[in-house]
Amino acid sequence: MVKNTVKVSIQSLSIFYDTVQAVKNLTLDIFPNEIFTIIGPANSGKSSLLLTLNRLGEINPSYRKTGTVLLDGENIDTLNVEILRRRVGIVFALPFPLPISIYDNVAYGPRMQGIKKKSILDGIVESALTEAYLWDEVKDRLQSPAMNLSGGQQQRLCIARVLALKPEVIMFDEPTSGLDPISTARVEETLRTLKAHYTIILVTNNVAQAARVGDRTAFLLMGELIELDNTNKLFTAPADKRTDDYITGKFG
Amino acid sequence: MKAQTEQRIAVSILFLCTFLVVVPVLVILIIISMKGVSALTVSFLFDMPQNGMTSGGIFPAILGTVYLVVGAIVFAVPLGVLSAIYLVEYAKDTPLSRLIKLAIVNLAGVPSVVYGLFGLGIFVIFFGFGASILSGSLTLGIMILPVIITASREALESVPKTFRIVSLSLGASKWQTIRHSVLPHAIPGILTGTILGLGRAAGETAPILFTVAAFYLPKLPQSVFDQTMALPYHLYVISTQVPGIPEHTRYGTALVLLLLVLLLNLGAIILRYQFRKKKKW
Repeated sequence: MVKNTVKVSIQSLSIFYDTVQAVKNLTLDIFPNEIFTIIGPANSGKSSLLLTLNRLGEINPSYRKTGTVLLDGENIDTLNVEILRRRVGIVFALPFPLPISIYDNVAYGPRMQGIKKKSILDGIVESALTEAYLWDEVKDRLQSPAMNLSGGQQQRLCIARVLALKPEVIMFDEPTSGLDPISTARVEETLRTLKAHYTIILVTNNVAQAARVGDRTAFLLMGELIELDNTNKLFTAPADKRTDDYITGKFG
Repeated sequence: MKAQTEQRIAVSILFLCTFLVVVPVLVILIIISMKGVSALTVSFLFDMPQNGMTSGGIFPAILGTVYLVVGAIVFAVPLGVLSAIYLVEYAKDTPLSRLIKLAIVNLAGVPSVVYGLFGLGIFVIFFGFGASILSGSLTLGIMILPVIITASREALESVPKTFRIVSLSLGASKWQTIRHSVLPHAIPGILTGTILGLGRAAGETAPILFTVAAFYLPKLPQSVFDQTMALPYHLYVISTQVPGIPEHTRYGTALVLLLLVLLLNLGAIILRYQFRKKKKW
């Protein structure tokens, strides 16, 4: 089927906050099971783009968008918003565990879907934490507060929390910006293994990270798509001078 | 040197102000306790008043006040918390919603006698509840609603925005988010509002004057449609309206009212402490 070749299709998308335009007429496709990285300096519209894909931007009253986003060929505005957010999960820049136990954090999403049976929840929690490489570290203290975990563990918990939703697309918004190099390496390793089962959209302002993990990379500047190509190509032979300047650190 | 002198003067003034606030409260407490403690006997607390209130106990007034306060809380807390949730989480930020919020804050400053007249007009006469515990509780409830709504709004607004965003991002609906990720963390603040409202409901005389309070009724109320005696009004009556009441009875009644409010507050404070212990951020 044709629709399976594109997971997320963004068509003529513009995003506004009141009168300020954050994303300008963006069109691009994201394929299944790739790591699609988005790079660009601050205020280039990267986060606004992510908040549009699961319609989380709508909770800001000044947010407005034009254009279309398709998930598996379906317009996301016609989907049930709660179901959309389960299919398109997001991991934020800073780990925001809810002030409840580790177990309850991971089980939060499934519980909201109405899953109550403990045996089912136990299974979901264990496999999500395993997939996020956190299970071994927390399996003996699942009932202790999530706030007591270290920063890197909290971020992996947030990944596990999204995995528990059994999403199709996982968006990462600068997931390692608050982490030390070792925690960062673990998160990046997690990203590479997750690729087998999920479509990954990674926003990062760490250019080297995009080069390390991305299959394709898009460079956004002031809300405009400057260049989109295979990561290798974009980093070795960028077509646009501005891309070259950004990845070589001349501005940013 | 100059900075140090200024510092000393500032601290002295701040201390003096605090001292001036604390002293009258302490004096009131001490005088009431000293003059009233001799009246506190089992029969004073649990007997009916006798001989035109000059002897016997004040049990109907104690029970009446407990009924009224509980009634007011049962009415005002759910209504206040739910409307606060609507105002904070759902109402759009329009001039109208801002006006409503401002009006609610200002309602807390309306004199209690106005609430008494309102209760007389609405509950006693219009709804036909008569002078009854129901009318009195509802009137007191209306009076403490602004306090409870304002405290609940502040409690809800102080829950970090990230909790809401995270919850929504995990596929929870807005109501699920409020129910599971906002409200539990707002409960201590809501209870603070409840404590303030409770103390006010227990102590006010004017709102119950026209709506429920009996001058002298030496029997217990049988239903919510009965009148009852209540401590603040009873205190007013025996202090100014009936001659020949022994002094220790008057101060004893005041002391019982104070202790009752203290006891009710203590319950709410313990409850709040239990919830705060769970708060982990």
